[in-house]
Amino acid sequence: MAYSIKVNGTDRSVDVDEDTPLLWVIRDDLGLTGTKFGCGVAMCGACTVHMDGQPLRSCTMPVSGVTGEITTIEAVEGPEAKAVQDAWVAHDVPQCGYCQSGQVMSAVALLRENPTPSDSDIDLAMNGNLCRCATYVRIRAAIHSAAKTLAAA
Amino acid sequence: MTMGAHHTTLSRRDALKGAGALVIGLSLPFGAGKALAQARGPAPVDPNAFIRIGADDVVTVIVKHTEMGQGPYTGLATIAAEELDADWAQMRVESAPANVAIYANSLLGAQLTGGSTAIANSFDQLRRAGAMARAMLVQAAAAEWKVRTTDIAVAKGVISHKASGRSAGFGKFAAAAAKLPAPKQVKLKDASAFTLIGKDQPGRRVDSADKSTGRAKFTIDMTAPDMLTVLVARSPRFGGRVKSFDAAEALKVKGVVAVRQISSGVAVYGRGMWPAIKGRKALKVAWDDSQAEMRGTDEMIAAYLEQTRKPGRVHRATGDVDKALAAGGDVIEADYVFPYLAHAPMEPLDGFMVWDGTTARARFGSQGQTIDQGAIAKVLGIPMEKVEIETLLAGGSFGRRAQATAHLAAELAEVAKAMPVGTPVKLVWTREDDIHGGYYRPLFVHRFRGAVKDGRITAWSNTMMGQSFMIGSPFESFAVKDGIDSIMSEGASELLYEIADFRCDVHVAKSPVPTLWWRSVGHTHTGYAVECFVDQLLAAAGQDPVAGRLAMMGKSPRAAGALKAVAELAQWKGPQTANGRARGVAVVESFNSYVAQIAEVSVGTDGEPRVHKVWAAVDCGIAVNPDIIRAQVEGGIGYALGHALYAEVPLVEGVPAVSNFNDYRSLRINEMPEIEVVVVPSTAPPTGIGEPGVPPLAPAVANALAALGGKRPARLPMVRA
Repeated sequence: MAYSIKVNGTDRSVDVDEDTPLLWVIRDDLGLTGTKFGCGVAMCGACTVHMDGQPLRSCTMPVSGVTGEITTIEAVEGPEAKAVQDAWVAHDVPQCGYCQSGQVMSAVALLRENPTPSDSDIDLAMNGNLCRCATYVRIRAAIHSAAKTLAAA
Repeated sequence: MTMGAHHTTLSRRDALKGAGALVIGLSLPFGAGKALAQARGPAPVDPNAFIRIGADDVVTVIVKHTEMGQGPYTGLATIAAEELDADWAQMRVESAPANVAIYANSLLGAQLTGGSTAIANSFDQLRRAGAMARAMLVQAAAAEWKVRTTDIAVAKGVISHKASGRSAGFGKFAAAAAKLPAPKQVKLKDASAFTLIGKDQPGRRVDSADKSTGRAKFTIDMTAPDMLTVLVARSPRFGGRVKSFDAAEALKVKGVVAVRQISSGVAVYGRGMWPAIKGRKALKVAWDDSQAEMRGTDEMIAAYLEQTRKPGRVHRATGDVDKALAAGGDVIEADYVFPYLAHAPMEPLDGFMVWDGTTARARFGSQGQTIDQGAIAKVLGIPMEKVEIETLLAGGSFGRRAQATAHLAAELAEVAKAMPVGTPVKLVWTREDDIHGGYYRPLFVHRFRGAVKDGRITAWSNTMMGQSFMIGSPFESFAVKDGIDSIMSEGASELLYEIADFRCDVHVAKSPVPTLWWRSVGHTHTGYAVECFVDQLLAAAGQDPVAGRLAMMGKSPRAAGALKAVAELAQWKGPQTANGRARGVAVVESFNSYVAQIAEVSVGTDGEPRVHKVWAAVDCGIAVNPDIIRAQVEGGIGYALGHALYAEVPLVEGVPAVSNFNDYRSLRINEMPEIEVVVVPSTAPPTGIGEPGVPPLAPAVANALAALGGKRPARLPMVRA
């Protein structure tokens, strides 16, 4: 059946089964492929998007359950997003890069809630995002860098 | 700094169209590269690589090694830019097409990324290619300006003639330079003149920006009009086959358009991933298990432990170990059990193909293009030249995307062949398919007997058992001589330590469970077994783990150098620390690189080891990009730690008992230790770094646990569910 959802500021209508996960609507129906599939069971965070600014694992959220406005990596913006993405590049965080869209989305949500996160705040906010390349040391450093950039702005 | 365009629509790439461009490319015939590798001579000096310089000053390096995160795109661009005297901002990269005549990895005899060989294989080639391009640009500029080539300077992408005050970018002379013959001899820079190689620069990686913004394109992102997404139902047991299937319910799922039997199972074709997932769930398949592995891993382990009581085929022996063991002193025994491990790259296996009846066009993160081309050609009954592969970024691999059987490429060709000609197909494995899919790091058992007398290690006997993924494979000639697979015992058949009375022998296990190289290959088990046992013997001998090792390392100077460097970095004063923690050390040579690590460990209130900090020292020859080396060691430590602590694929009656990241537990950020890496300065030729960070970690942790008063875990993972 048809569902209307707001993605990246635009109202979109898709004709899919009600149990279709938001992830596959975003990727296959809307053609936004920055959000990744890693596990399908909300255990890895590669599919993280924002719903009304809050991080959400899109792989287990059926399209029929979407109640808010969705933002994906393609459209995430604002000072936190810029600070995070700049820090990701400056620290050369990504290796294979496949999980990093999800990492960035989680990190941006963290900094919007908490502009000066401690190491344990970072652990709490980021431990749902797996990185099999284990770029965690640099993810942590880049989040601290981004927080400093935001504080100086 | 950005990456070259990776098109995700079906337009033909024009990577090698050199209109108005300077294209550097000299090729060795395939056979020559292979012959060189087999002769184990010096690396070939003629470049197989390509550099393209456009009229817009953009320099594109065409990279034959697959980018899986380990950094070859940045590495090869750095090497070429150095000799070209290019400005880093003008560098781009693009993946090379599948063409073994031009793009063979001469260390492996095929277009194949593996064995941590990318920089080792390409260092000379890309330097020469860069130097040639530079010489041709200078010659073209000299002709145009009517000056001597020796009066022309090149720096940061600018060609200049001081006396006349003229200067220009590369683009101005690219077309003229392209018409000149490539110089036969070029002078390479002295290392003291390097401005990029060996220098750190924040954001050096060419792929960081695209990978931080969602723009980087992976195989799973491929799309085309009328493309079908394909999932395959495969046997729950290894070696099982389809007996029969009923597609009626699957075909009722909205968006499912076809169900076809292929050799690996039953393929479900959907318009998108969700219909394919639902369709496969609705499919009913009966399996024939008559050829399947029916044992559980506990039975395999028990059988291997029994078998290793008897010596196996000797891989190396010196002196008389039985006599030395009988000669008195303390005889110490240990055994170690290593589980099957899945690679579990973040992007599960996938591939995209269009088969038009004449030509197959595949796009995926191929790691072994030559083998994949051959497999696709065989399935479709066409010559290899009719198989085009565009290599995309791979979302991790750790060895998984290169298989001697090319099973993924073959399955991709089969699912394409089963549809009407011209149908674009995208084959996707789910995470469950990945964890259940085999091609595991083989299950291994090691048994040791050693003797300590008068404070010295006097005997070393190691019997091991596991499957060989080399025997009977197309790679047999590389690793197997007289039935002995040297990969099984690498790191154990030759030690860094001088022990006169020594034997290492091996039993080869057989099973339908497919196994594969897994980041650091044989060293994944030999590194742990050897470095735990030597630590145990040194403790019995009353020796310090660092000093005791060094005393036996007279013939391993570079490994000793790494060990000394890590001891200095960590300010090693023995295993005991004052803070309720302890330290363990290990040193391993793998892929001609030397890595030593010290881990500081405590045991948490939950009884699980907690690794607080790891110090690492690495000698991998000339460091092209030191920060990428540090990143690979950091990542290698995390990858090793996650598996050592948590990961295994147990089989119960032949069926994998784990299926996703909920039970195939992976390291998370809160479990990642602090890491400090020192890169040991070296003028030796560059060697591998993608894998060598892995092997020392687990034994360093185990040795720390022993120093805490526990035992070195005899069975991995250390934390068992």
